[in-house]
Amino acid sequence: MSEAPDDLKYTKSHEWVRLNDDGTVTMGVTDHAQSLLGDLVYVEVPEPGRELEAEEACAVVESVKAASDVYSPLAGTVVEANEELADAPETVNSDAYGAGWLMKLKLADPDSLDDLMDASDYLEYIDSE
Amino acid sequence: MGKQTPLYPLHQAMGAKLVDFAGWDMPIHYGSQIEEHHCVRRAAGMFDVSHMTVVDLEGEQTRAFLRYLLANDVDKLQQPGKALYSCMLDEQGNVLDDLIVYFLEPQRFRLVVNSATREKDLAWIIRQAGAFDVRVTERPELAMIAVQGPQARDQVLGLLDATQRAAAAELKFFFAAECGDWLIARTGYTGEDGFEIVLPGDAAVKLWTQLGEAGVQPCGLGCRDTLRLEAGMNLYGADMDESVSPLVSGLSWTLAFKPEDRDFIGRAALEAQRAAGLQQKLVGLVLEGKGVLRNHQKVVVDGVGEGEITSGSFSPTLGRAIALARVPIDTGTRCEVEMRGKLLPAQVVKPPFVRNGKAQIELN
Repeated sequence: MSEAPDDLKYTKSHEWVRLNDDGTVTMGVTDHAQSLLGDLVYVEVPEPGRELEAEEACAVVESVKAASDVYSPLAGTVVEANEELADAPETVNSDAYGAGWLMKLKLADPDSLDDLMDASDYLEYIDSE
Repeated sequence: MGKQTPLYPLHQAMGAKLVDFAGWDMPIHYGSQIEEHHCVRRAAGMFDVSHMTVVDLEGEQTRAFLRYLLANDVDKLQQPGKALYSCMLDEQGNVLDDLIVYFLEPQRFRLVVNSATREKDLAWIIRQAGAFDVRVTERPELAMIAVQGPQARDQVLGLLDATQRAAAAELKFFFAAECGDWLIARTGYTGEDGFEIVLPGDAAVKLWTQLGEAGVQPCGLGCRDTLRLEAGMNLYGADMDESVSPLVSGLSWTLAFKPEDRDFIGRAALEAQRAAGLQQKLVGLVLEGKGVLRNHQKVVVDGVGEGEITSGSFSPTLGRAIALARVPIDTGTRCEVEMRGKLLPAQVVKPPFVRNGKAQIELN
């Protein structure tokens, strides 16, 4: 059974988003996504400063068996990327919602967070997929 | 729902993630493909390979038939129990399948062929057998367990009865012993020592359970693929198939052109290809930086031409991406691989990458 913490927002492409105290958001891929991919062996994150559209392909996670694009959940600017994943991609498997975060974004429109699913909607969505 | 092996309920109980493989519900992993891979390289792992197709051939002309059917020469098998890896070609010299043939008795041989090509193989074998005194019998009731790794033989030997143990303990590499309805073979698809055991379904359930209790790691088809790739072993359907010649698939070592007077299916076509000169070869690649090599990625060899990755993945043992690739014959020691629009440098090497737990290549 996949986990989805209640304090996060979720996308249909299996990213999670956490609102930080400074108004930025942190995002990563969900526990469900990492479990489908299996052991990750390579993660490519975007350069800080890059401007992203909502649903734009912005990172790549590769497991032994497949490569998968990660999409920006919302429009915004990359303020920080998790460079530690380059040498420890398996962190996404072991701690998808914590140390396995991919990047921090400054949202173009802070209210756009409301467009995303909450945890119970997301769990229902992956059940129906 | 697909076909299920006798071990299916055990896979479920052991937490396997099950996927469709050639119409079978098979374990891809039991939690971590990479951990399973390391277990086989460092200790012992067990694989359910009961989906593979076992075909017994019996009759006065079995040896003569196999010398015609297969591109490797079954006359290399003079001692009962000896096994041989071979391609089965069509008249054009393309690869219908690869297989292992076991010499059981003077008039009795066993083939183990791929499950994905089962129907095609059986139809071809039966058709070609028409002119020979040989009976072709599929053995779908038999299961098959591969136990591989440096501790695999000891783990298995400890669970066999006295007769089986005596026979199995003495087996040399690529030999098999028939004990009643079991065939215990010192063969494998991982680059490690171990056994492949063909046995009835109920016996397979018991052996799998005992191996599990003895601490042997259940392993899925996921790590079976990374293990065989590290071992430089071809995968049918990826590294060779009905559209290519074994001569450009790294399989020349399996083609027996001597003796000159042995006629085998595909021989004339292969000789014509050799006379015309080969344009491609199958090589190993190691990606120099980070990333993962994948099937069908384009290979660019500066000043020479282009090729394609036939099997690419991540090597857990080397910690680098590795691949088999079909490239122009004049390819040297360097190339580039196109990945998401970028050309990344890779080293061209001679497989295997890993054997018996150890790297076989110098990483740049």
